[in-house]
Amino acid sequence: MTAIVVHAAPTRWWHSRAVARFMRHHLALVGIAMITLLVLACAIGPYALPYDTLQIDLRARFAPPLSGHHYLGTDPLGRDLAARLLMAGRVSLLVGFSAMLLSTLIGTLVGVTAGYRGGWVGAALMRTVDGFLSYPSIFLVLALAALLRPSPAMITVIIAVTSWMETARIVEAEVRSLREREFVQAARMVGLSRQHIMFREILPNAMGPIIVAASLAVARAILLEAYISFLGYGIQPPLPSWGNMLNGAQQYLASAPWLAIIPGAAITIAVTSFNFIGDGLRDALDVRNDHF
Amino acid sequence: MSAFLLNRLSQSIVLLVIVSIIGFTVLNLMPGGPLAQFGLDPGMTQKDVERLAAQLGLNRPLWIQYLDWAWRLIQGDWGHSFRDGSAVLAVIGRHLLATLLLMGTSTALAIAAGTWIGIRGATHRYSLFDYCATVGAMVALSVPTFWFGLIGIYIFTLKLGWVPAGNMYTIGDGSVLDYLHHLILPSLVLSLVHVAIWSRYMRTATLEALSQDFVKTARAKGVSERRILLKHVVGNALLPMITLAGMQLPSILTGALVTETVFTWPGMGRLFLDSLGYSDYPMVMGLLIFSAILVVLGNLIADIVIATVDPRIRLG
Repeated sequence: MTAIVVHAAPTRWWHSRAVARFMRHHLALVGIAMITLLVLACAIGPYALPYDTLQIDLRARFAPPLSGHHYLGTDPLGRDLAARLLMAGRVSLLVGFSAMLLSTLIGTLVGVTAGYRGGWVGAALMRTVDGFLSYPSIFLVLALAALLRPSPAMITVIIAVTSWMETARIVEAEVRSLREREFVQAARMVGLSRQHIMFREILPNAMGPIIVAASLAVARAILLEAYISFLGYGIQPPLPSWGNMLNGAQQYLASAPWLAIIPGAAITIAVTSFNFIGDGLRDALDVRNDHF
Repeated sequence: MSAFLLNRLSQSIVLLVIVSIIGFTVLNLMPGGPLAQFGLDPGMTQKDVERLAAQLGLNRPLWIQYLDWAWRLIQGDWGHSFRDGSAVLAVIGRHLLATLLLMGTSTALAIAAGTWIGIRGATHRYSLFDYCATVGAMVALSVPTFWFGLIGIYIFTLKLGWVPAGNMYTIGDGSVLDYLHHLILPSLVLSLVHVAIWSRYMRTATLEALSQDFVKTARAKGVSERRILLKHVVGNALLPMITLAGMQLPSILTGALVTETVFTWPGMGRLFLDSLGYSDYPMVMGLLIFSAILVVLGNLIADIVIATVDPRIRLG
């Protein structure tokens, strides 16, 4: 008897096949490593550097990288680029991550409701999804940001309300396919409430695709924030973000190319890492290849 | 075919109605609504704003405003720019061609490059080329378009001096060659993301086609690999790409807006940003709706084209 208990001991989640598959996905591990480094650098860096993001030094304007005391050089006001880059990273990563949480929440709620209820409720919700998807995201985001006088929190909300649709579609399809399965019928027969069946019985079985979509949503949100901040409608200076650091860079492209190259490289590295992680999760959780 | 057309057409009309409701709601739920910028003008009293609202019919219930607005939209009356009073639809029309030129060129580039990379990746699966293409595509999907544009300008304009940094033509020149010269860099920049998407898609589609029975049959008959690839595989793999092209439209439009800004390209995207800067509400609204209509129409056309070419779609 005891032997059986030992064998039936709960398998730890890190012993699962999914984790093993993820660990074999080299790109995903590279992604994890790079994100960890970036987060650590952005969290600790600003304390370690002897410069403030707002400290103006007009004698040190346009210092190129690796010259003097400024590792990554300085901007047109003589502010230290490394300090600003790491501070901007906090803002960009935080906005990206929060927007992902919010959009995943909205997308999951809509998707579960549409998928489980079906009928005209489901049809109406999914046609709304189609309607939102017909707008090129940047047009909608810019219009909202321009009219709403953006704060970082507002930018997060704007990005989330314009990018929940993919998740909603994925969840809806998943829930619709699970709706008539035996365990759901059993739950219905036992008399469990609709909310309980939707969120406690069905949703846990749809977590794989949601997690994959969420990791890709972070990448998307960081890019979108960078786009609108670059165009001047996102995060507003003096608060730095990777996008708004590039805002004025075009006019100094000839004299100070590092002003454009460095923040853009940071965005690319962060977004690439999240895409790598998403790819690894897709393989690990055995989610159908929708995009590739 | 006509049943398919009718069904697909009615779907698009329903979608357009939803699209218009979303656009109308979004811009009317803003604090201050359409007249927000006048409220900030110290020269205007609350009374002035109210009078203007009454004049424009903004004091009526929202749903009546919507119906009125939608009806005028259908009739082609998209309102007038706050900036200079010109008709919104006419201004959009003037900027449309530049955007379509940019989008068309970059899509053609992306399809050509993506198809080649995808097929080669599939026929040489797990080779160094395939691996680089896979990783490269994921990186390309992550590069911000505007940054890629800036790097392009830095290398090809400032360092090498090969291509101009912006605008659509040189003032006083305007020959076809001059247009092409200005078109190269922006369309290359805009195509990067889409090369990545097309090549990934093409790789999967080619692999799928290669595993089909008709390929086995062709091989058994002794048809050469090259002929199998060209006649049986590519044709089958390319068909769904028409649908994919339609699905990519929103992201191409997004990319176009950013590219147009970096390269001062006189298209719809730049017009949109300029209008935002002037708080030109009718223009912003018009462009927002117009971009969505372009997407809905593009998808409709893609579906009709593929149904014309492929009988399985319209009959199944």
